[in-house]
Amino acid sequence: MKAVTWRGVNEIGVEDVPEPTIINDHDIILEVGLTATCGSDLHLMGGYIPAMRAGDVLGHEFMGTVAEVGRGVTKHQVGDRVVVVSFTSCGQCWYCRQGLWSLCDNGNPNPGITEALWGQAIGGCYGYSHALGGWAGSHARYIRVPYADQGAFPIPDGVSDERALFASDAAPTGWTGAHQAEVRPGDVVAVWGAGGVGQMAARAAMLMGAERVVVIDRYDNRLAQVRTHIGAETLDYEKVDVPAELRELTGGRGPDVCIEAVGMEAHSPGPLYLYDQVKQQMRLQTDRPTAVREAIYACRKGGTVFTLGVFAGVVDKFPLGAVMNKALTLRGAQQHGHRYIPEILDRMSRDEVKTEHLATHVMSLNDGPKGYRMFKNKEDGCVRAVFRPGA
Amino acid sequence: MTSFVGTVASLAARAGGSAVRQVRSVVDPSAARPAGASQPASGWLVVTVLREQSDIDTARLPAPLADFGGRIEVRVRPAADGKGTELAVRLRDRRSSGGVLSRLGGRDPQAELRSALRRAKQLIEVGEVLAVDPAPHGKRTATPGGMLLEAWTKVAPKAGVR
Repeated sequence: MKAVTWRGVNEIGVEDVPEPTIINDHDIILEVGLTATCGSDLHLMGGYIPAMRAGDVLGHEFMGTVAEVGRGVTKHQVGDRVVVVSFTSCGQCWYCRQGLWSLCDNGNPNPGITEALWGQAIGGCYGYSHALGGWAGSHARYIRVPYADQGAFPIPDGVSDERALFASDAAPTGWTGAHQAEVRPGDVVAVWGAGGVGQMAARAAMLMGAERVVVIDRYDNRLAQVRTHIGAETLDYEKVDVPAELRELTGGRGPDVCIEAVGMEAHSPGPLYLYDQVKQQMRLQTDRPTAVREAIYACRKGGTVFTLGVFAGVVDKFPLGAVMNKALTLRGAQQHGHRYIPEILDRMSRDEVKTEHLATHVMSLNDGPKGYRMFKNKEDGCVRAVFRPGA
Repeated sequence: MTSFVGTVASLAARAGGSAVRQVRSVVDPSAARPAGASQPASGWLVVTVLREQSDIDTARLPAPLADFGGRIEVRVRPAADGKGTELAVRLRDRRSSGGVLSRLGGRDPQAELRSALRRAKQLIEVGEVLAVDPAPHGKRTATPGGMLLEAWTKVAPKAGVR
């Protein structure tokens, strides 16, 4: 079957790969209907997460139709239309039972790698390097889904494929950030990053009762999407001083909750960006934490900063003094989507969560390299390139 | 070929271990201590399984641990705050626990036991051991980085910091 693969740093290919088969009893084989590029893929593409091998199939945000069912699967049948959460989690360990699904003890078959890096292994993720399990990704006609009773969710009849697709990763990641940051009614919430995850974090915060939600980015089309489709306010960080604007907006206090949805390749207009670039290229730090620093600086005393963008290793010039002296709560997570996807699909069916606008460019798998190039360079206003394997 | 793979695996472990050690020493100065310092002296390897202690019969352990027979000691006790049961195992003959690099490379004397303990936890909690291979992939280009990663991936189920 055809698949979009990682061939090397900044090199994406389209190759023929073997079709997956059922290996564990709790597997299903899914015929992929739609599969999206994600901002976190760019970290793999750029070699910032050095655990990819040439030929690895990319993609972790997807939906489709059940094509084959393992004998231990009880909730799904051939022909079911489902969306699949990007993390592989068993549903039986203590972490899964606490709702902390991305921390699953059993979902990563290569635990030694992340245990060495982070002290503990977390769950696995499709198409996201051998550090997170070595699972084949979704940019292919078929994908194997382990722990399918836990990770695949039936799509309500009234929800389109294009909307349900983003219930796989972008929306539940946004929900994870807003919920785990404990957004409360009346809060002012600032979100750094107006990509798919940032938009969904903003929407989640609004639905959790936040009084004002402000999204920060520099791309006009993305900020316009936030205002039009999400209903939040926006700031262009290339035109205004973000902490100053946020102070004015909040009566001098700063936002109650700051959600960083940018990750390890953050950009900024200031001189610190050049400093971070140089240090990252020299491998003196693995990640650029520009937006995290600003979020910590901007957050109100006693507020919460949540790192939702993907980070892999160590950062420099981390403002620990502000964290300590302002009594901030600093949290982070990959997505615990299993606990949020049923609610998200329900809200999608009631038009409370709309995501179709994120899929700005839909194309076939043959256009994989083009899709990733457009997505990376934000060409033609690309917010997400989405592949339709059956096309 | 086998010795070549072994050499690559060893290099991967050394390179990976060195890199990780460097990174961890930046984050945590205690990681810069001599290799082996972070290993408990007792030699116990421990996981917590989400089961009552009464559900774990040490005389009828899952196959990966049962296969060790009398070569291992087994200890169970309740985990704090309802987190399940701590299942601990260690080799009776533990002349050396291995250094941190050998643990990260899955080459220490307890590597097989570490892997068996992880598989036993999965069997108790989920009922099966999760397998990733064979995962579909495209052409593997032979690069030094790819070979190192492949080697580390092969030992990753046995490797760890504990």
